[in-house]
Amino acid sequence: MFDNLQDKLERSFKVLKGHGQITEINVAETMKEVRRSLLDADVNFKIAKQFTESLKEKALGQDVLNSLSPGQLLVKITHDELAELMGGEKADFNIQGNPATILMAGLQGSGKTTHSAKLANFLKNKKGKNPLLVACDVYRPAAIDQLHVLGEQLGIEVYSERENKNPVEIAKNSIAHARSNGFNVVIVDTAGRLAIDKDMMDEIANIKKTISPQETLFVVDSMTGQDAVNTAKEFNERLDFEGVILTKLDGDTRGGAALSIKAVVQKPIKFIGTGEKMEALDEFYPSRMADRILGMGDVVSLVERAQEQFDEKEARKLQKKIAKDQFNFNDFLSQIQQIKKMGSIKDLAGMIPGMGKAMKNVDIDDDAFKGIEAIIHSMTPDERESPHIINGSRKKRIAKGSGTDVQEVNRLIKQFGETRKMMKLMSNKGNMMKMMSQMGGMPKMR
Amino acid sequence: MAFFGLFSKEKKERLDQGLEKSRQSVFSKISRALVGKSKVDDEVLDELEEILITSDVGVDTTLRIIERIEQRVSKDKYTSTSELNKVLREEIVALLEESNTEDGGFNIPDSPDPYVIMVVGVNGVGKTTTIGKLAHQFKQAGKSVVLGASDTFRAAAVDQLKIWSERVGVPIVTQGMGADPASVAFDTLASSKAKGTDVVIIDTAGRLHNKVNLMNELEKIRNVMQKVIPNAPHEVLLVLDASTGQNAMEQAKQFTKVTEVTAMALTKLDGTAKGGVVIGISDQLKIPVKYIGVGEQINDLQAFNRSEFVDSLFKDQD
Repeated sequence: MFDNLQDKLERSFKVLKGHGQITEINVAETMKEVRRSLLDADVNFKIAKQFTESLKEKALGQDVLNSLSPGQLLVKITHDELAELMGGEKADFNIQGNPATILMAGLQGSGKTTHSAKLANFLKNKKGKNPLLVACDVYRPAAIDQLHVLGEQLGIEVYSERENKNPVEIAKNSIAHARSNGFNVVIVDTAGRLAIDKDMMDEIANIKKTISPQETLFVVDSMTGQDAVNTAKEFNERLDFEGVILTKLDGDTRGGAALSIKAVVQKPIKFIGTGEKMEALDEFYPSRMADRILGMGDVVSLVERAQEQFDEKEARKLQKKIAKDQFNFNDFLSQIQQIKKMGSIKDLAGMIPGMGKAMKNVDIDDDAFKGIEAIIHSMTPDERESPHIINGSRKKRIAKGSGTDVQEVNRLIKQFGETRKMMKLMSNKGNMMKMMSQMGGMPKMR
Repeated sequence: MAFFGLFSKEKKERLDQGLEKSRQSVFSKISRALVGKSKVDDEVLDELEEILITSDVGVDTTLRIIERIEQRVSKDKYTSTSELNKVLREEIVALLEESNTEDGGFNIPDSPDPYVIMVVGVNGVGKTTTIGKLAHQFKQAGKSVVLGASDTFRAAAVDQLKIWSERVGVPIVTQGMGADPASVAFDTLASSKAKGTDVVIIDTAGRLHNKVNLMNELEKIRNVMQKVIPNAPHEVLLVLDASTGQNAMEQAKQFTKVTEVTAMALTKLDGTAKGGVVIGISDQLKIPVKYIGVGEQINDLQAFNRSEFVDSLFKDQD
């Protein structure tokens, strides 16, 4: 699915190449791909549609930065919009109260019991709280045992009433128990229930009314499909929950449900579950989730890294030099250093859509630039400025100084000449990305 | 066992009830989309696309269905909207037929060795519950059943299966939590073979399909079982949660890679608007759906019957 998407994006990038501005025509194909990728990631159909429409509005007429192709810029806009949609203000987690109470709610199998325990562990170790776990799942066989086992592992007390089949009472009693025994946070685990099961929804609404929790958390499996929207809506209507825990994100799901839920109920995602271990509970980062939903976050980080390293003034100067055929070894060296700053070559190449697959099995040595740098460093300032003065005896000296031989020096000078020619050709378009990928390819030719 | 034609009236009602949400929120939309239209045009097809995608059929399968309908419409220029339901239904049945060669649940052959069913799936899909219900069905059909508690990882998983074994009234083999799951499977098979048990069902821990080590463990369980009964497991039942989205495809692919999944059970169909996931999975994966879970009670597991299932989805419009 992933490779597929990247291939398609690359194709739509091709359509976009060479345009200085994002227009109605060049945006259509990319929007189609973005929408498709959102649907593949389980973002709700309606939300995907709304999102691509508002995205198009935003993107139309934007000038394309010199260093980016329109396609890449679009991806970046998409990513930023997604992150914005999921982020908003940073969500507080309210554990003030005596005791503070947290109510866990969700469908069967979403991970409520596991995450009740993870949350208790988090509050104990990271927030210095003294939590009490409460087993209110009186229906699923051995659910109470499960919480007891986890509590024992973590050294956290679990409150349960095995003979009592009334979860509202158990929850109520647990608060009294917490008060008299000095627990300052109470986490109430409940049975999984379907949003359409009226009796069960009444029950959890009653629990909420009885204990008035500081935080009611909706626990949802990140692999949930299109129905996530309806479920979240129905739970929110009954419980008006404070936030969401997104579980099982250590799988390979793209997790579009997160976006759908956020868009529909406007409640923040507060935690994510990222593994089977009790420590595998993280706070939520909208930007990372945006990467994941798009399945093309690599392009985004490539663009960002290029932007970070790329000084626009420098670039303009360089372009002039190239146009006048004055590109020299000093510029060459600084280009190499810029690329190196961006990360390992293999990583960088892998980030370019379509390249990833091709590069998968190619082993690129990150030291590939070392020889080139050594040779350039062995040149005198004059030689670097004016490469044409390098004659036979200078070559011998350079080879000696860099620990290479004359053939290698020759090869570099030849490559340099070719690069210079190529750059001049490309400078008309000013496509920095292309230039860099060309240069990245150089050491491979050696 | 309930085979073709043995779908009792009571069962059918249960299925209808269980799928009520699917029907109401998905396929009844089709009728609504068609109000005031007499011909199948692009707008109708767009509506149809939305309906299929929102029921988790998946983009690929949706496009395939739409394409097939488009072809039929263009061949037969005056397809009216009233015929669309019929056409759509035929297409869906056709897709289901491609992977479901025969209706009904597992067919237990007469054999001296136990028929071994290994149950696999990601976390929280309902493996243990499905095993309880399945054991009940086999027992009702007069088979002797033994359960093997090879989920030794998740807290209290063994207890949960034990409670099911008591509820159903079938023996269980356990070594407690933290034991080697392959060793539990070995014990279960060895003792069942000695006793001449008809059916053995092995529970396994939920695992995400991208965790290589855990997936390899399944292979090990499989290999160890073959030391007792050479062609065990006879069935590898992949349990999928019906509310799962497109990741269900990945799950099925990865589990099939390591364990050669022979059949699927789709759980929690009672709570979701997503009966459609059955269609997408059948189309993309070509693995038969054998069982569907439509409720929390012990009887709420049914042998999958494609025409009953499709009937149920379309019932409102007939």
